Amino acid sequence: MARIIVITSGKGGVGKTTTSAALAMGLAQRGHRTAVVDFDVGLRNLDLIMGCERRVVYDFVNVINQEANLNQALIRDKRCDNLYVLPASQTRDKDALTKDGVGRVLDELSQTFDYVVCDSPAGIEHGATMAMYFADDAVVVTNPEVSSVRDSDRMLGILSSKSKRAETNAEPIREYLLLTRYDPLRVQSGEMLSVKDVQEILSLSLLGVIPESKAVLTASNSGVPVILDRESDAGQAYGDAVGRYLGEDVQHRFIEAQKKGFFSRLFGG
Amino acid sequence: MGLLDYFLRTRPKGSANVAKERLQILVAHDRAERHRPPYLQKLQREILEVIRKYVEIDLSAVSVNYEQGDTHEVLELNIVLPEAARHRA
Repeated sequence: MARIIVITSGKGGVGKTTTSAALAMGLAQRGHRTAVVDFDVGLRNLDLIMGCERRVVYDFVNVINQEANLNQALIRDKRCDNLYVLPASQTRDKDALTKDGVGRVLDELSQTFDYVVCDSPAGIEHGATMAMYFADDAVVVTNPEVSSVRDSDRMLGILSSKSKRAETNAEPIREYLLLTRYDPLRVQSGEMLSVKDVQEILSLSLLGVIPESKAVLTASNSGVPVILDRESDAGQAYGDAVGRYLGEDVQHRFIEAQKKGFFSRLFGG
Repeated sequence: MGLLDYFLRTRPKGSANVAKERLQILVAHDRAERHRPPYLQKLQREILEVIRKYVEIDLSAVSVNYEQGDTHEVLELNIVLPEAARHRA
């Protein structure tokens, strides 16, 4: 039985797809068979971030409508044998994701995979609710910014009332906070909400803090999940987050601003 | 930030504090709203209709509050009658 993880946020542009790609790759690299599923029907992007956009033949909706079987639609990652991508459909309407259909596909994935990562679209419409409905775990991706924090809180409300686990009175979804685009310098100068502030408001267990990093754009430009960039701060931070998800006790990094040297203090920069 | 900036800078209180305060209020409000039973809005409208049979009031005159304690729930109705209404009956 696979563990189903939804990557959600409510607000758009906070890093859900970047996070889905990174966590899925991280889990797969540690030897877990992992599938990452794009729920953003009509606006698929996960394939681009994963760098497999030219290998898409069939998609999630084809599988739901039984126009293709799961093995025909799953794209095996070229860098990691344990990782498969199920792309979203680019053209169909969102209602194509029926609850029965999604449940059936996730069931089938659960039989052969250890983890199924669901990349949710932004908003609280059908695609987003379908992505979270079957979840066992939820990673709430949040920027240290008012609208993102508020939307995250909204999503927590939906997770605890409209998910399958909530409806069947099963053990509640495990919820994690992943704070992205964090800038320790701006936090230090009081311009940005701190990790502690956001945690106080949302009271979630902290999966990781991903610093604002040029590596994220570089990675998406080239279709390489940023976690593979082991030199970069963001890549390392995602690596740490995967470890924490798997139960390792990993110290948080990139939360404190680097101390500036005398010369950079004097001359700026 | 250079040395000159350091001396010239007047230290404004960071806007992060403002953000945090606003969020705390907002989130508390949102969460309270989430736990309200869904029929409250309809209840408010129907109460308003009944009162309107007798007194001309507008929507803002009726407030419905719902509070949930550990062992009990309180439904509080507050209706403000206009000045003129008292003389009409």
